[in-house]
Amino acid sequence: MKRRAIFDNKVLPYALLAPQLAITLVFFFWPAGQAVFQSLVRQDPFGLRTQFVWFENFATVLGDESYLNALGVTAVFSVAVIAIAMGSGLLLAVTADKQIRGGTFYKTLLIWPYAVAPAVAASLWLFIFHPSIGLVGRSLNQAGIRWDYALNGSHALLLVILAASWKQVSYNFIFFLAGLQSIPRSVIEAAAVDGAGSRQRFWRVVFPLLSPTTFFLLVVNVIYAFFDTFGVIHSLTRGGPGKATETLIYKVYVDGVVNLDLGGSSAQSVVLLLVVITLTALQFRYVEQRVHY
Amino acid sequence: MLAGPRLSANWSAHLILLLGVLIFVFPVYVAVIGSTHDVGTIARGEMPLRPGPYAIENYQQAWTSGEGERVKGTAPVSRMMLNSLIMGSVIAAGKIAVSVISAFAVAFFEFPLRMFFFWMIFITLMLPVEVRIIPTYKVIADLAMTNTYQGLIVPLIASATATLIFRQFFLTVPDELVDAAKIDGAGPMRFFWSILLPLSSSTIAALAVILFIYGWNQYLWPLLITTSREMNTIVIGITKMIGTGDAQTDWQLIMATSVLAMLPPVAVVVLMQRWFVKGLTETEK
Repeated sequence: MKRRAIFDNKVLPYALLAPQLAITLVFFFWPAGQAVFQSLVRQDPFGLRTQFVWFENFATVLGDESYLNALGVTAVFSVAVIAIAMGSGLLLAVTADKQIRGGTFYKTLLIWPYAVAPAVAASLWLFIFHPSIGLVGRSLNQAGIRWDYALNGSHALLLVILAASWKQVSYNFIFFLAGLQSIPRSVIEAAAVDGAGSRQRFWRVVFPLLSPTTFFLLVVNVIYAFFDTFGVIHSLTRGGPGKATETLIYKVYVDGVVNLDLGGSSAQSVVLLLVVITLTALQFRYVEQRVHY
Repeated sequence: MLAGPRLSANWSAHLILLLGVLIFVFPVYVAVIGSTHDVGTIARGEMPLRPGPYAIENYQQAWTSGEGERVKGTAPVSRMMLNSLIMGSVIAAGKIAVSVISAFAVAFFEFPLRMFFFWMIFITLMLPVEVRIIPTYKVIADLAMTNTYQGLIVPLIASATATLIFRQFFLTVPDELVDAAKIDGAGPMRFFWSILLPLSSSTIAALAVILFIYGWNQYLWPLLITTSREMNTIVIGITKMIGTGDAQTDWQLIMATSVLAMLPPVAVVVLMQRWFVKGLTETEK
């Protein structure tokens, strides 16, 4: 869509775009180009010699057992976080959408965790599930369950999943609620007149009409689980014990920043880049369906 | 027509919502309690679910020193909160300023390469910090911007989403308004200041809320860029305090710090709920 009434100026638009474009070039395109370049070369530790090795870094990374481990951890972690966060978000939204007393009050009480930083959420849950000082962790041990997130990999994974999902429920709640409120009441009433029970009304009428929201949230939650949960893992487990909670993004950080393996870390970055591009493209298709430019 | 909500259905709805609220509030409640006891009570695993008598001391110690018996090497919470506050508000203001003028250029002018620039901005959506960690760090190091506010803030100021939102809003501004301004002799910048910005005020408010939280909660970027404790943000500070998560550490300080760290962004969401929900649902479309 184009405007009919536009201003005429040869220089001004470029000046207005300049700050954004400068930041974009220096901090986005140049580093991203560097990442792609680094992923295709091998450098000696002093950076004196650079050898072009094409896809060797990728082959090394993809054949690396610890990378496959990170892939598996990411899969389990993401599926769990997305299922918990979206499932609870939907349940709460459907419930809050019913006209009950105090609806707005509940809404306020259900949206604030969005504002809690993932690393802060991590510290709250650690304090509860700490094996020797945490309320729940201590009780578990007293009940004979040997709970220790620092030694047991599945316990660690469970803890990061819990902290990461807790914070994300609000986000899904807000969007599901907005989605539910945009469904015309008359459609649901029509289904009721046709004799559909409340369960049937939900699964046959409401849920399908909600699918654009659900799809959009799915993409956003995948991005959240992949990238934004770095803080949870970094402050709770540092990927451990062993590599039990090392997700793909955490591994990029460890290999690049801690182990200084530039080629390997860059190759991993490029793989993640492809993931982001795919997800953004999917999301954009959704945008095109919903929003008319 | 639907039958009115029955009593039993109402009960179960309240039950589910209360349970949700409880699960959300419980960890925060425990943290608040934890911040009011002394180090020994917590370390012995004897912390009750009632507040203890040490609240003032703990918060004071966290605020002014940030260090305890075991927790060492962290800056005072007041200092880290200031860093987070600067980061959150300058990122929000910067992103809005930079985006609103870009969107103005793209929506109200016709010039060569217009769409090319627009796509250039748009594509940054696909380049989050996480996929270009080390090269971006190198740029910052080469520019000598590590451990500075500029380093923390400037690279995060570009915003494809905010630009898209402003552009979309600008496209709904009627042509007649532009024509009228032109007839009255207003130039583009006059139109921008006197007509367009006031019209955009609700979009700006909504974005400001979302972007402040975004800036305050940043993690990976400040972790990379700040090595000096004076420059740490509060979120990074908490991770440093937790360290290896020993039972014998100053949990009362960590909990006091956690409570303080979530206060500003949560207050913004609760107090500006209307803008927050508007900002969230509109940024993502």
